[in-house]
Formats: sequence, C-alpha cells, structure tokens
Amino acid sequence: MGEARDQILAGIRKALGRGETDGTAAVSAADARIAAHPRGLVPARAQLPREAQVELFVRMAETVAATVARVSDADAVPDAIADYLTGLNLPQQVRAAPDPELDALPWGKRPLLTVERGRAEAEDQVSVTGALAGVAETGTLVLYSGAERPTTLNFLPDTHIVVLAADRIVGPYEDVWDRLRALGALPRTVNWITGPSRTGDIEQKIQLGAHGPRRLHIVLVGNGG
Amino acid sequence: MQTTAHAFVEHSRAALADEQLRRALLNMKPGFQDRRAQSVARLPEWEDLRDQARALKDHTLAHMDVYLERFEARVLESGGHVHWARTAEEACAAVHGICQAVGAHTVTKGKSMVAEEIGLNPYLEARGLVPVETDLGEYIIQLRHEPPSHIIAPALHLNKEQIADDFHRAHTQFAAERSLAEPRALCDEARLVLRQKFLAADVGITGANFLIAETGSTVIVTNEGNGDLTQTLPRVHVVVTSIDKVVPTLEDATLILRLLARSATGQEQSAYTTFSTGPKRPGDLDGPEAFHVVIVDNGRSAILGTEVQDVLRCIRCGACINHCPIYAAVGGHAYGWVVPGPIGAALDPAMIGLAEAHHLPNASTFCGRCESVCPMKIPLPRIMRHWRDREFEAGLSPAAQRRGLRLWAWAVRRPRLYRLGAGVAAATLRLLGRRRGRLTRLPLAGGWTDWRDLPAPEGETFHRRYARHKRAA
Repeated sequence: MGEARDQILAGIRKALGRGETDGTAAVSAADARIAAHPRGLVPARAQLPREAQVELFVRMAETVAATVARVSDADAVPDAIADYLTGLNLPQQVRAAPDPELDALPWGKRPLLTVERGRAEAEDQVSVTGALAGVAETGTLVLYSGAERPTTLNFLPDTHIVVLAADRIVGPYEDVWDRLRALGALPRTVNWITGPSRTGDIEQKIQLGAHGPRRLHIVLVGNGG
Repeated sequence: MQTTAHAFVEHSRAALADEQLRRALLNMKPGFQDRRAQSVARLPEWEDLRDQARALKDHTLAHMDVYLERFEARVLESGGHVHWARTAEEACAAVHGICQAVGAHTVTKGKSMVAEEIGLNPYLEARGLVPVETDLGEYIIQLRHEPPSHIIAPALHLNKEQIADDFHRAHTQFAAERSLAEPRALCDEARLVLRQKFLAADVGITGANFLIAETGSTVIVTNEGNGDLTQTLPRVHVVVTSIDKVVPTLEDATLILRLLARSATGQEQSAYTTFSTGPKRPGDLDGPEAFHVVIVDNGRSAILGTEVQDVLRCIRCGACINHCPIYAAVGGHAYGWVVPGPIGAALDPAMIGLAEAHHLPNASTFCGRCESVCPMKIPLPRIMRHWRDREFEAGLSPAAQRRGLRLWAWAVRRPRLYRLGAGVAAATLRLLGRRRGRLTRLPLAGGWTDWRDLPAPEGETFHRRYARHKRAA
C-alpha cells in the first residue's frame, strides 16, 4: 500500500506542478490554516443576543419535529421526564448515560421511574442523555462520546430524551469546536443531532423514525441567563 | 460499477416511455426544488457562503497533497489505519482484506457513492460476504439489484407500489396479506428488518462527506441514522472515501455544512452529522474497536490541474440533478454511471473516458440552472461545452451533426451569404408554421419535433431585429 500512497501523492504533486513538499510555501500555507482554523462567514442569526439565541434554538428544534419542555431548574427534570413518558403512554423506564451530571438529578422524586445506566441495548425503548451544547442557528444538539456518554443511546432507542442546560446554548457551530478543543483531543464520536431520524426515500414523503429515534425530546433547564 | 453510459440515447428513449418513472420524477419539484428555494430564502448570507466555499475548496485542491498527509498522520495518531487505493480493484481488495482479517460474515453499509463507483458489493459477495445496504433507498434498490438513480435519493425512480411488491417478495418472514400501501408501513417494515442486521454485523462500512486534515476525522451526513448504527455497533468501522473529500479544518467543514443540506433537501441541517475520530477509546462503552479509512483515487488526481478541475469541488449534494430538466425527463439510470445529471455530464467523461461518456455532456439544454444552484459554483455548462469540443475533435459525434456544423461554420464566416440564408429560412419557417404558430415536423430536425413542437419564427432574423431596435433607440 506504500507504493499506492506514494504514487497518488506524487500524481497530485505533478498535477499541481510541484515536487516534494517538505519545507515549501505550500506546506506552510496549509499548516498555517490548520493551526489558525479561521472561521468562515457566521450567519447573523447565529450572533443574536443571549436570550434571543435560546428562543431561536427552541423554535428551530421544534421546526424539525423535536419537542421541547422548559423547566426552571435541575430539580424539575425527573418530573418533566416522567410526565413526558406518561403523556405518550410509554413505560416509566429509561436507559440513562452514566453521566455524573445526570446522576446528580433528584431521581428519587419519581420512585416509579426506573433509571438504568449504561450503553443502549436492543430492547431499550427510551434513553436519557446530556449534551455538550445546543446550536441556536439550526436547533442542533451536539453530543460527544466518552466513558460517561455512550453513542448507542443517541441512536438505538425509539425515544431519545436530552437534558440540556440553557446556558449551553450557543449561536453558531463554531463555538462548540472551541469548547471541544478546550477539552483536548477529539473523542471517537461527535454527533450533531437536528431533530429525530427521518427519511424521504419513498416518494419524497417525509417519515420520522427511519432507523434512529422516532422522537427527540429536549428538556431545557433554566433560562440561560 | 459497470458503465452503460455509451447507451444514453437508447436508455433515454426507453425512459421517456416509462410511465412509472415519469410519475416518480414528478416528486422532484415539491420534494427538492421548492424546499431548497425556501431554505435559501431564509439565509440572507447564502451567496457569500457560496463564494467562501468555492474559495475554500480551491485552496484545498491546490494543497491537496499536504492536507491528505496531515489527515493520514492524525488518523494514525488516533489509533486508526489508512489504506490508499489507486484503482477500484485496490480499494475493494483493501476492504475485503479488512473483513477477512476479522473473520467477518455480515457487513452493514451506509450510503456511499464511492462504494458504488468501485463496485464494492459485487466484489464482497463474490468472496462470500453478505453486504447489507441500510439507507432505506439503497436497501430498496439492493433488493431490486439496481444501481442508484440519484446520489442522495437512490430509489427516486420508484413509486411506493413497486417498493411494496419488492418487500412482499423479499420479506417472506411476515404475513403475506399485510398492507404495505403507505410509505409509513414500508418504512416501519424496513426498520424492523434492518435493525436485526445492524445488531448482527461484524463490520460497518460508511462513506464520508468530508475528511478533516486538522483532526483525522471522517464526517458523514445522514437523515435516517443508519450510518451511525452502521459505524457504532460492529467491531470494525471502515470508511470508504476519495481524495477530493479532504478539507483543512473543523471550521472549514462547518462552512460547507451550512450549504450542503440546504442545497440537497432544503433542510437547515441534516438530522445527523457525525464526526468520527479513531476507534473507541479506553473506557468507552460502545463504538468500534478498529477504524480504517480507505482513500480512493480512481482517476481523480488526473483531473487536478486540467480544464475540468472545478468538478473536484463537488460535495455531492445533488442540487444540479434536482434542477435539471433533462434528468427530470429521463431519470438517473439513463446516464449509465454512478453520478447522473449535470455533474455526471461534467465528471463522468473524466472518470470513465470520453469515448464511453460522450453523450452525457450533450444531455443539456444549457439552461444554466445547474450552475445557478450549485453551492460550490461549479461552472457546469462551461465544462459540458469543453467536453463537447473534445467530442467533436475526437470525431465521436454523429457524422450528420459534424457535417451540419461544418456547413454552418463555413456559412457563418461569410456574413452576407449567412444573412441571406437565415432570412430565407426564417421566412420559410414562418410560412410553414403560420396556421398554428408552431411546427410539428421539420426535415433534418426529427430529433426535436418527434417529441415536441418547434415554435414558428416570426419571420425576421435576429440580425434584422437587432438593427431595427438600434435605429429606433
């Protein structure tokens, strides 16, 4: 395979009209761009004042068929989740990410709600996860993998519930890259999630729940102020 | 994939007579065109984003070797493997080698046009593996043993009744009398069947919309979530991709991601955009143990530095296809290769050779909609015109057309004679069409009048009208 690699790269260099690249201006220009990772144009809608950003996030998420429940503080999250499940006639049983932030919630307030922790298994109907951020410009959630945040929870169960502190809502996607860089090397998986799973593959009629979750429910905590 | 692009004319004739196909193609206007227009209208920065994306991709192409090297280094650092493939055969062999090394049997696949291009499924099947397409559209056409007819909606050419027949035929595990009349029922049945495949697979293969040089990440953009189940559940994740997918940074991918979904389906963003970097980390409860990236050239590096290099900016959104009147008339299979529509007409001759694909650049009215909707501002009509020139030079166009063009070229260099001839022709055609204002038959132009009427000229040549207006002004 080394031969294929060298031949492909040599072919590219020949087409671009230059030889080996070490120490040339082309290398410096490319490495400088990687080091600086400049932002492109950020739409005005992603640069609204804080409060408007939260409103925009909610509106955009609802536009793509996510549902949003707003609660004043973390203590109200178990109630919000249990009530959501009741409203849909779903069993009071969830698989939650083994995430200290979720563990800290007062689950004891709803003793009938069974909370198991771990990665998703085939039979799990409802998952609960946190999120790194909400991106206002398109109502997108950003989740990232780790020992406390298994990716299967985002895709296997029929219903995905995301607990998001409103102060984690940012305007543009680029703000989330800055946060992730501050955390160190990228994890195995970073997911942008914009509404539940969907397909238009049959006569371009949109159906929700193609392979991933049929429902995406966001419990938004606080006012983000 | 085996090309049949040389038979474009015969394919088109058959397609025009196919009532099912014509009905299915009518879904494109509300499904793609209207939704795109609405989402573009909601983003005032649209044109500036297009300009920036074009400049970014031009910069990337000019430094492609460096960015690919950086990408490779980051993949290796994060614990992944990189395989380079000059040809389709090398790419297939690399994927098969990975599957064999882990004793794989079932392989799930996310939608990948590069995998279609290199003919990965038949290659793996011939060696005893069972590749299962998991994108709903790809799954449907795999059941039908057909190639995709559209790069983002592979089963666009089908109606729900045809799909219901396929499911009744293929899914014998369910009651024969069940109703599959509605898309919802079809979707649910596919979900049920494919869920088992996701859970059973040993290897998951996806494509990539981007490769990020900064981080060694591969990126997929999907709506169904099938790509994520494909790459998260099995032990091994294989990414099959091509050299033109590389971008420098996360921010650069983000810039293009503001254009991609809006151009493709009119969504503000696709449901799932996933950045994958290396295999699962110590302590992770899920994710693949191994991560492989197969980087395919297959003729792309030979396009760099040529007059058609701009096609390498393509991000495979499908907007040009969705807005092409030729595609809307004949569908994707007529083109005979993986990438149909205007981008196919511009790209395919470079990929599979002009002798094979020379009809495709002629499959255009030059209306220019393709270029006007292309998020990467690829000058598609100019590139098609380039191929038409090459076709003429190579003597590939029909003899009658070549003689006609020579005659016209001879006449147009003799202005007085040309004006006289044009005047006679315009007056004659006006006379012929005077009763109905249109011509239903015309000698030497049967290719036009067999399918539609020609509006009759008003009797005055362009030259004369131009002169009259100038005098009046």
